[in-house]
Amino acid sequence: MKVVGKNVRKVDGIALVTGQPVFTLDVTPPGAVVGKILRSPHAHAEIVRIDTSKAEELPGVLCILHHGNVPRTPYTTAGQGWPEPSPYDSFLFDRKVRFVGDRVAAVAATSEEIADEALRLIEVEYRQLPAVLVPEEAIGPGAPVIHDEEESRGIHDPQHNVAAAIDIRVGDIERGFTESDVVVETTCEFPYVQHVPLESHCVVAYLDEEDRLVIRSATQVPFHVRRIVARALGVPLSRIRVIKPRIGGGFGTKQEIILEDVAAALALRTRRPVVMKYSRAEEFVAARTRHPMKIRIKLGAKRDGTIHAIEMDVLSNTGAYGTHSLTVLSNVGSKTLPLYNKAPHLWFHGKAVYTNLPVAGAYRGYGATQGYFALEVAVDELAEKLGMDPLKLRLANHIRAGETSPIFEKIGEGRAGKAQVVKSCALEECIREGAKRIGWKEKHGKKTSEGRWVHGVGMALSMQGSGITDIDMAAATIVMNEDGSFRLLVGATDLGTGSDTILAQIAAETLGVAVEAISVYSSDTDFTPFDTGAYASSTTYVSGGAVLRAAQEARRRILEVAAAILGEPPESLDLEEGHAVSRGTGKKVPLSEVGHRAMYVTDQRHIIATASFVAPESPPPFAAFFAEVAVDVETGVVRVVKFVAAADCGMPINPALAEGQLEGAIVQGIGHTLYEELLFSPRGRVRNPNLFDYRIPTAADVPDIEVVLIPSDEPTGPYGAKSIGEIGINGPAPAIANAIYDAIGVRLYRIPFTPERVLKALHGKSMG
Amino acid sequence: MRLRFILNGKPMEVDTHSGRRLLDLLREDLGLIGVKEGCGEGECGACTVLVNGKPRLSCLTAAIQVEGKEILTVEGLWENGKLHPIQKAFVETAGVQCGFCTPGFIMATYALLSENPDPSPSEVREWLAGNLCRCTGYAQIIEAVLLAAKYMRGDALRVTRAEKTS
Repeated sequence: MKVVGKNVRKVDGIALVTGQPVFTLDVTPPGAVVGKILRSPHAHAEIVRIDTSKAEELPGVLCILHHGNVPRTPYTTAGQGWPEPSPYDSFLFDRKVRFVGDRVAAVAATSEEIADEALRLIEVEYRQLPAVLVPEEAIGPGAPVIHDEEESRGIHDPQHNVAAAIDIRVGDIERGFTESDVVVETTCEFPYVQHVPLESHCVVAYLDEEDRLVIRSATQVPFHVRRIVARALGVPLSRIRVIKPRIGGGFGTKQEIILEDVAAALALRTRRPVVMKYSRAEEFVAARTRHPMKIRIKLGAKRDGTIHAIEMDVLSNTGAYGTHSLTVLSNVGSKTLPLYNKAPHLWFHGKAVYTNLPVAGAYRGYGATQGYFALEVAVDELAEKLGMDPLKLRLANHIRAGETSPIFEKIGEGRAGKAQVVKSCALEECIREGAKRIGWKEKHGKKTSEGRWVHGVGMALSMQGSGITDIDMAAATIVMNEDGSFRLLVGATDLGTGSDTILAQIAAETLGVAVEAISVYSSDTDFTPFDTGAYASSTTYVSGGAVLRAAQEARRRILEVAAAILGEPPESLDLEEGHAVSRGTGKKVPLSEVGHRAMYVTDQRHIIATASFVAPESPPPFAAFFAEVAVDVETGVVRVVKFVAAADCGMPINPALAEGQLEGAIVQGIGHTLYEELLFSPRGRVRNPNLFDYRIPTAADVPDIEVVLIPSDEPTGPYGAKSIGEIGINGPAPAIANAIYDAIGVRLYRIPFTPERVLKALHGKSMG
Repeated sequence: MRLRFILNGKPMEVDTHSGRRLLDLLREDLGLIGVKEGCGEGECGACTVLVNGKPRLSCLTAAIQVEGKEILTVEGLWENGKLHPIQKAFVETAGVQCGFCTPGFIMATYALLSENPDPSPSEVREWLAGNLCRCTGYAQIIEAVLLAAKYMRGDALRVTRAEKTS
């Protein structure tokens, strides 16, 4: 390998460190106006009357949109493949508001100040409705119905506020527990937490010289934006172009269409370019969150430690709208249960429930994060009850290469899945390597104290997927220039992960050139081929699969031309260092000669190749996580002393970027484990919508983190690669919870592990 | 009102109003879009610029406060197509993921290394605690700062050789 497996510098690195205008709002078209949204002060209310006359009289106000003057078409804001597995329960503007911060109206004005003033001048009369903020109450008797509109489609049970439900059985769960020698049961709770990308949601929408709607957006899913905006606004898809520039972080929140539809509607109505941006407060209130969940889990095992039965019962809070409700819920089981595939008896069931709170959506980990918190805490408890080392219990039960799980076939993307045998798995090596680095043998079960600080260690395992089987499709086009350089056009969306670089490495390796010979362009629905987008850990595997195939086809065409030049059969030629080289005679010709001949001289053609790749399966990456914590028994403060993650992402295409994904995800996970949580007033208002009160980790908070990549060779992946984008976030909560238990003998079941919660648990223990 | 200051080494004279934030003056009026707004409330550090060599949050700084002062932004580090050692280090260590926070980190690093050319890893962590990054987990950023420090102390040749042989 010349390029793959190397720490190639990011292809967009220099533009980013020099402050080039690469982000959505770095370029503003002339004559642009500002769009702003009026938001609901109530958690649940009907809009009885809306009067925009005073606001419209304000000089500089160009347009005001509300439910009375826009099309009423139900759609989902979830940027997923079509048909979307999420319910169509959202409208551009509705007669009802369902959470504090829900859209009421939007204004386009010539300045931000005028737009703000216009929002103040809009008179809205609300009839308040009873609100429900607790998922258990939302499905209880007498709860207000949050989605009582007729037009919605795909809601599991609107009358009882159930957006989605799942019930999957394998074997005979009752028998499974009866046959088990040891059973543990526990309930873990995951609160409202948020992505917090440094760049909030933003968009510029305008009409081009041919009157087509152009949407420049910070999105993970440009092609889904085009399709969903077309539906919401009733504009033909052919009249919309979506451009994705660089994105300032996404983590799932930009897999949602929450601003493009409004900006597009304002641009169409005003015929002026419209710039819209969420403030940080709006980002906290009206972007998306992780689905808060309560997960009850029951494990049964034989005395020798073989896990025999697993029940998982999930109550997921989807907030006011059901975006990603079914698929996140499904993932809680589908991404966790196959890890312990020795258990013949499984029952996975749950509901995703509407409440009058902010809207949950896709967030890195996508249900697996919540699932692993519960599963890995329960496995730790099981080990204790069995009197076994939790590391040995996990080694005895985890899935290996060549094995399968019935769950792969039972649970798919909101529908049945597809049987799959795991073809690559280095999890056992990950466990052994991670244990060595944290000092598991020396430290586990042997807590040590330094004054008030008590140290303990804990571990957790995880797997994820690589794309969505039979759904995620990516295409890539390779265009050869006559000088032997290439353009790589991909619909894949690099949201900061480095995927443009990784895709360039795959192309360069296949074409025998340096990465510098490849210019990557991503993504533009007019000029780059289709890609479902950057989510579900799909880009390296799925988009990379498309790039590999396009590059292989381009290579074949290059070799045909080179063969004619060299007078040798194409099969005897290789591409190396910018040349076609004969293996037999050593004769070679530079690609620039191949390019010039093909374009200008003989048997002319442009060497271009396009290929598509559909995920044939979703090979899981695996990881073992280890945490050493110190708990201050007087204040309850938990400090992570060291964190180790050993991960198998197949063959890493760019190890430095893969490590960066892992480290970033772990720190995001430590954030939700120790301090992040959206807090609400009794009336459903977010109490901490700013970065002072909602604290994310800083450089000074981050512990010593050691990540190690243990390669495996995934035969279905490009150059043996699997994914790495999400898995890291699944580890911190359970590993830290288990380490706290090892230190102080108290189990914590609800994150974040704030000093108050730790102290309360400690006191509960001493009183008990 | 008339405002005079030095911007990236060049004298500058602009008209602005008293309520204008330095951030908007730089980004919108002067087109220095390397300055980013991440929160607008002084919590994230993405808008960090140097005013007379000190890191300042341009979202909380009134434009009129820079009268007569020297401002340095990330655009001022890149001269004649040549990367500043800090910029080079951020690219080399993969200290850049999405890159939105990067200009702020680079300016904060510039201020740190001006004051302390040989910081320890924990000094780097403490200094950068006012800049938020949600992508990297900070390890590769801290590596970048330490590498930049080496470059700027003139150990560059040795570093390059060490890297080549490793």
